[in-house]
Amino acid sequence: MTASIIEIRGLTKHFPGKNGDVLALDGIDLSIGEGEIFGIIGMSGAGKSTLVRCMNLLEKPSSGKVLFDGKDLASLSKKELYEARRSIGMIFQQFNLLKQRTAIENICFPLEIARMEKAAARRRALELLEVVELGDKANAYPAELSGGQQQRVAIARALANRPKVLLCDEATSALDPATTRSILRLLKDINGKFGITIVIITHEMRVVEEICGKVAILDESRVVESGIVKEIFARPKSSAAKRLFFSAGAAGIGRRSIRIVFDGQSSFEPIVANMVLRFKAPVNIMHADTRDINGLAYGQMLVQLPGDDAAANAMIEHLISRGLSVEEVNGNA
Amino acid sequence: MPDTEVMKFTQMMGFGLLETLYMTLASTAMAYALGLPLGVVLAVTRLDGIAPCRWVSQTLNVIINLLRSVPFLILLIAVQPITRAITGTTLGSSATVVPLIIASAPFIARLVESSLNEVDKGVIEAAAAMGSSPMRIIFRVMIPESKPGLLTGAAIAVTTILSYSAMAGIVGGGGLGAIAINYGLYRYREDIMMVTVVLLVIVVQVLQEVGMRIAKKSDKR
Repeated sequence: MTASIIEIRGLTKHFPGKNGDVLALDGIDLSIGEGEIFGIIGMSGAGKSTLVRCMNLLEKPSSGKVLFDGKDLASLSKKELYEARRSIGMIFQQFNLLKQRTAIENICFPLEIARMEKAAARRRALELLEVVELGDKANAYPAELSGGQQQRVAIARALANRPKVLLCDEATSALDPATTRSILRLLKDINGKFGITIVIITHEMRVVEEICGKVAILDESRVVESGIVKEIFARPKSSAAKRLFFSAGAAGIGRRSIRIVFDGQSSFEPIVANMVLRFKAPVNIMHADTRDINGLAYGQMLVQLPGDDAAANAMIEHLISRGLSVEEVNGNA
Repeated sequence: MPDTEVMKFTQMMGFGLLETLYMTLASTAMAYALGLPLGVVLAVTRLDGIAPCRWVSQTLNVIINLLRSVPFLILLIAVQPITRAITGTTLGSSATVVPLIIASAPFIARLVESSLNEVDKGVIEAAAAMGSSPMRIIFRVMIPESKPGLLTGAAIAVTTILSYSAMAGIVGGGGLGAIAINYGLYRYREDIMMVTVVLLVIVVQVLQEVGMRIAKKSDKR
């Protein structure tokens, strides 16, 4: 177990609203270890963005503690807080680059704030542009860059002061799937190369699946489940987790449906087809999201079982005997 | 018109033009010296600003709204004691600069405030997340990011101040406005009136065009 770099204890945040206070976060406890890629997933309105803003105190917690590298952020003086924020990089859904500055000037910005000497700052910025593979775009203005390129500049800017943590607030939500994948790959590289802890806020399961080691599921202002991604993925306990995993197929789930999780079984064996042949009863594939990685199957499938209960039970047993994790789901899961 | 009269006429017009430019540019510069910081304070202290401060914001708003609601011609006369205290006279172009500043500084403050408000809140948040103090956010983010808007505002301010300066001719101010009133109105010299109108239109157009071009060129969005 690694030491935790961000430790959140009993964090509560409410905003004053027209009809009384609105509770955005309710008793959050989280521990994010050094070097981890930690996902925080939830539907919109669950409180994700507020939670990540409490990690660098852009939002002041109403109660509870946020410890960064052992320091209670709320106890710091303003100056110390500005200092601490330089060790916490942040990127955003809308990139938030300075529009009147070129790519390289954007990356120099945090270095100016940290009073680095100009020539040294430029050198560091050029180095970072190489890291994000935009060495040829140093003098382009944000308006001349694509969304993916702007996010790369934003990542370079966030890394400029060699932070310990990089907070990503829906960083890929404005990007297309291919660009999303390339940005996620870049984040993974950065995590590997520089050992920077990465916190990813997202509403998309595939982002968590793709790069996160651990995940916390946020629902209605609370953490309803957290732990290792693979385990939660295989055996989600909370209804919020199930809802997130099935956002595409949930509408059509019938009376008896099961969720099959492929967690590294051989993809050469046509499991579902064989099962249908063997029991001579049809199943209805409601939703499937599986992929083949080096001959092993990963992902999940939502299947409606035949009306005949005996056949249905036999099928479940069969699947379990093949080493798959199977779970019955009902319509409102 | 005999030659000497043409020369006198040209001289008068040239002098009037220079006086108008002097009043306009001097007042604009000094009004910005007041209005720019005021506009920054307004933008920063408002409820959704980077350092909300209710009483500062409300006090300034009341003062600015009061000053802005007095018509310039009346303000011009009402502030004459202040004008006399500062310049020693209420006549001539230098004396006109005082009411021009009093009238245009609040207007400029509003222009500056609205330009600064247009800066993307996300960009400001990003700067805060990088550990920028509010001062740095103002000087390194808000002002540079709103430069095109500030320049457009300056082009509007300068033409407004120019038209105010022409009004000052009524109470003994200088410049083209005074010529138009003293000759065109009081002596029925419609020819002179026409020339001043044409000159004023040209000056306004030039200032406007130059200002807008600089603003457009500075915009990298």
